Amino acid sequence: MIFLLQKTLIYAAPLLIVALGGMFSERSGVINLALEGEMIFGAFCGAILARALVISGVFANHTQALFLIVLIFSAICGALFSLLLSFSAIKLKADQTIGGTALNMLAAAVVNAFALSLFNSEKIQMPVNFTGYVILNNDLPPIVQVFGDKAYLSTYVIVIAFILLSIWIYKTKTGMRLRACGEHPQAAASVGINVFKMRYLGTTISGALAGLGGYAYIATVSNGTAEASVGGMGFLALAIMIFGNWKPLGIALGALLFGFLKCIGPVSSSLDFLKNLGLPMYFYNIIPYIVVLIVLALSSKKSGCPKAEGIPYDKGMR
Amino acid sequence: MKDFFSKLREKPGFKSVTSSILCIIAGILVGFLVMILLSFFNDRTSIGNAFQGLLVLLGGPFSSGRGAYIVTNLGDMIFYATPLIMTGVSVAIAYKTGLFNIGAAGQFLMGMMGSLLVALNINTNGNPTLGVLVWILAVIVGAICGMLWGAIPGFFRAVFNVNEVIVCIMTNWIAANIVSWVFGTMPHLINSGSGKSGYLITTAVTGNGTPTLGLTRIFKGSYIDAGIIVAILIAIIIHIILAKTTLGYELRACGANRDGAKYAGMNEKRNIILSMAIAGGLAAIGGALYYLNPGIEFKFDSAYGSLPDYGFNGIPAALLGSNNPIAVIFVSLFIRFLNVGGGNLPSAGFNKYIADVIIALIIYFAGFSKFFKDMLSKRKKKAEAKANEAEKAASAQAAEQVVEQTPALDNTEKEGDKS
Repeated sequence: MIFLLQKTLIYAAPLLIVALGGMFSERSGVINLALEGEMIFGAFCGAILARALVISGVFANHTQALFLIVLIFSAICGALFSLLLSFSAIKLKADQTIGGTALNMLAAAVVNAFALSLFNSEKIQMPVNFTGYVILNNDLPPIVQVFGDKAYLSTYVIVIAFILLSIWIYKTKTGMRLRACGEHPQAAASVGINVFKMRYLGTTISGALAGLGGYAYIATVSNGTAEASVGGMGFLALAIMIFGNWKPLGIALGALLFGFLKCIGPVSSSLDFLKNLGLPMYFYNIIPYIVVLIVLALSSKKSGCPKAEGIPYDKGMR
Repeated sequence: MKDFFSKLREKPGFKSVTSSILCIIAGILVGFLVMILLSFFNDRTSIGNAFQGLLVLLGGPFSSGRGAYIVTNLGDMIFYATPLIMTGVSVAIAYKTGLFNIGAAGQFLMGMMGSLLVALNINTNGNPTLGVLVWILAVIVGAICGMLWGAIPGFFRAVFNVNEVIVCIMTNWIAANIVSWVFGTMPHLINSGSGKSGYLITTAVTGNGTPTLGLTRIFKGSYIDAGIIVAILIAIIIHIILAKTTLGYELRACGANRDGAKYAGMNEKRNIILSMAIAGGLAAIGGALYYLNPGIEFKFDSAYGSLPDYGFNGIPAALLGSNNPIAVIFVSLFIRFLNVGGGNLPSAGFNKYIADVIIALIIYFAGFSKFFKDMLSKRKKKAEAKANEAEKAASAQAAEQVVEQTPALDNTEKEGDKS
């Protein structure tokens, strides 16, 4: 049971932060379909830096400090990549769905092209022992063990960032302005808010969080293998955001639920009671997606979707 | 002559072709910059390689070296364009109804599954006539599987008003898992030949492969088959349905203005579901035609981990073709042309993914059409204002010239823009 909860936390962490990223973007009025691409790109840049740092021998004895630096770097790269989306969606008023799809394809293609030319392989395997646990302690009471044993540094970083940013978007002036731009940009503009700036801010934070989540994903869930795919986690995060009704608390709940559902597939072969059911791994893989569909169908009526999301800001419109 | 050009400029078809060409040029230029960048990162390549790479890429199959290779690659280019035409038309018809079919990958897989279940389970070896009949049955079963699968996002959109993009993505991954699951339970379909693991047997074993109609004699050594003819025929039929029939009109009306269509007495919910079902069927036929080729093997054991590229490459095919099924045929051939060129890139020191980068960039730029339109209409307004002043001043001739000078391209807006 503890094993399952620990795994849930590992799967939930990237989903949590990426879904929050999606929320930031959509609350400011931009549909960020490129979350997956931003994850891929951020993670890949992080993996390159990690490799370079390990080879150069800097921080050789401080792997956790290195982990933190790489996480921050991934976030920056994710944010830079998201500028492509904000430029097309905000400045050029392009269709956000098409822009997001293009960026997802672009991220995968660029990562493949660079990985193959730099490392002669489509996958980058990070050095062993690099992405280790921050705490390994078996002597803890069971409940604490879930959080204190075999946990990664990224999980703590993500939880802290999640709490701080959730407070920020609800309790500060800028946060409120950002949300206003997603609901009624013309009204926001009428009281002197710079809608373009707020939307750029929302999308950039979104990209940064996606990059962070992307590196957390490859460092923990996929055991340090960086490649041009994060297994649809970005899209799942988008679904979690909708599930969470564009609110942090709902997102936290959704991320834990889907983290749990998502981890059952890969771990089903190592859990006896699931093994005894005799169902194939594919069955467990499908569950989270089916749950998403059911939830979407049920929750569509009382949607908290930002009113102006996906509509380019036009000053003259009423 | 001047008159002819200004008339040509006014045509919407000309405008969309121009904007597509602009997107392609911009994409290739940025792709070239990426190659220059990559050439610095690698010891084996220098900036000269980037120029060589550009030539290889633009040469497509013709940069394959020896004559025999060129012919083979040309044949393969046409064969690989077949599924792309189908997924492209699939995305296009959904777009005409105002829906974004990003689920073509899942529908493609379901079509593959349906058709292979038929074609691999019936052995007609030695009886070519029966083989063709089974092949037709296989394509139809595949299409039906895809139609049902495509109807799911349509149903969610129509009944629950859930964004079809997210439903499509979920159904994609469900389809990928189902495919691995279904074939995993059928050991008699698995190729246990030398050194193979996780592959299915092909239609070459059961004798139900797509007829080649002698095309392989022209394009020696390539995979080409009659699939391309089927794909082109279907694209033409879809074009006729969209342009000339009541059904097509209703679908387009739904895409142009859903409320308007409803007000005019059309059943917009039925049309949404129908459009997605047709789109699903088309993508599925793409999957069927691709995997019914005797030479193409399906690796079922890793299918659940990734989605086929064909599903997503249908999007650029449709966008660049302005969602016109006939244009999609040419755009698909062009995309495969770039991909074949990309495949030849290792000769210049780069890898095939450069072509994917360029294709992704082309879609990215395709989204900018509204910006171009706004920019040009602004310039046109300015020019018109100027012209008015000039008119007041004296000569009307001067005014005409200014208007003449304003470039076209002011109406490149995609049809079926989302409401």
